[in-house]
Amino acid sequence: MPTRRIVLIIVAIAIAVAVYEGAQHRSAKGTHPGAVDSPAAAFNLQDLDGKPLSLSDYRGKVVLLNFWATWCTPCRGEIPQFIDYQNKYGPQGLQLVGISMDDDAKPVHDFYQQFKMNYPVAIGSAGLAESYGGVLGLPVTFLIGRDGRIAAKYVGAVELPVLQQKIESLLSSAR
Amino acid sequence: MPKSIPFLLVFALALYSATVRAQSPSSSSDLAPGSAQLLNPDELLKLLQSPAGEKPLLLNAGPSLLYMQAHIPGAEYIGAASDKQGLDKLRARVKSLPHDKLIVLYCGCCPWSHCPNVRPAYNQLNAMGFNHVKVLYIANNFGTDWVDKGYPTIKGQ
Repeated sequence: MPTRRIVLIIVAIAIAVAVYEGAQHRSAKGTHPGAVDSPAAAFNLQDLDGKPLSLSDYRGKVVLLNFWATWCTPCRGEIPQFIDYQNKYGPQGLQLVGISMDDDAKPVHDFYQQFKMNYPVAIGSAGLAESYGGVLGLPVTFLIGRDGRIAAKYVGAVELPVLQQKIESLLSSAR
Repeated sequence: MPKSIPFLLVFALALYSATVRAQSPSSSSDLAPGSAQLLNPDELLKLLQSPAGEKPLLLNAGPSLLYMQAHIPGAEYIGAASDKQGLDKLRARVKSLPHDKLIVLYCGCCPWSHCPNVRPAYNQLNAMGFNHVKVLYIANNFGTDWVDKGYPTIKGQ
């Protein structure tokens, strides 16, 4: 029947267009460094104690990667909650990593001790920031899934209930 | 009690007030959003791209790791004005300039109300007598309010 055939063709075209656009969207999201769905950039740094700190050390874990600085008031406000997250979700496979964008390491050491931070912190660089799409304002927080891909990016102070929900969702996902 | 005492008290109060104002002709309270000392990103872009008019001395008073990733072409790096080293460098850079030189300060490290750098830099220039100082109003951060709009940037020191 011609009418039925025409309808089927239109439906087929619509599905093809939707699939194509979906693929384009996923591609755009995942292409740029630091974009959601893209692989998290590897790094090999030293933490404040001089110990090696590599993203690959946490393969299979959910990683909360936080770019921050001691002079950044919103960043400072998030740290106590991040310390709690490390305590609460660490046994389930969450690992926090802090990357300080301070120009000088001394205030970072002081802050680390004063706030009794319980997760590794390293001093960042422009190159590392660029490998995550650029950090042109603080704070910036990434959630990296167990598969090593960026699952979420938050620019500015994160809404903690939203972040917590996302952490729990990622932790419950299969390894 | 001599009749002149109330008059002298009022005079002394007025003198003190005038002295304080003279020492601080303008303060960072002027930097509230919407105030005349602020330039919006589109206004600065027009100023920089306009073939006519006085070009400002554009100074970045923020952290170096952010500046190295992206900054406004023509901007000079001063350093974070929240610390003494940055303020020293700012003083040294402008000390030989005429006080009516148009100077634009910017940072963009974090949301406007939390920026630790633009206010000390602005206050320093005011204290030195500069009377044509503007500050780039960056509501959220340099990435969101300048780079993401497609405005020109370069990287490096």
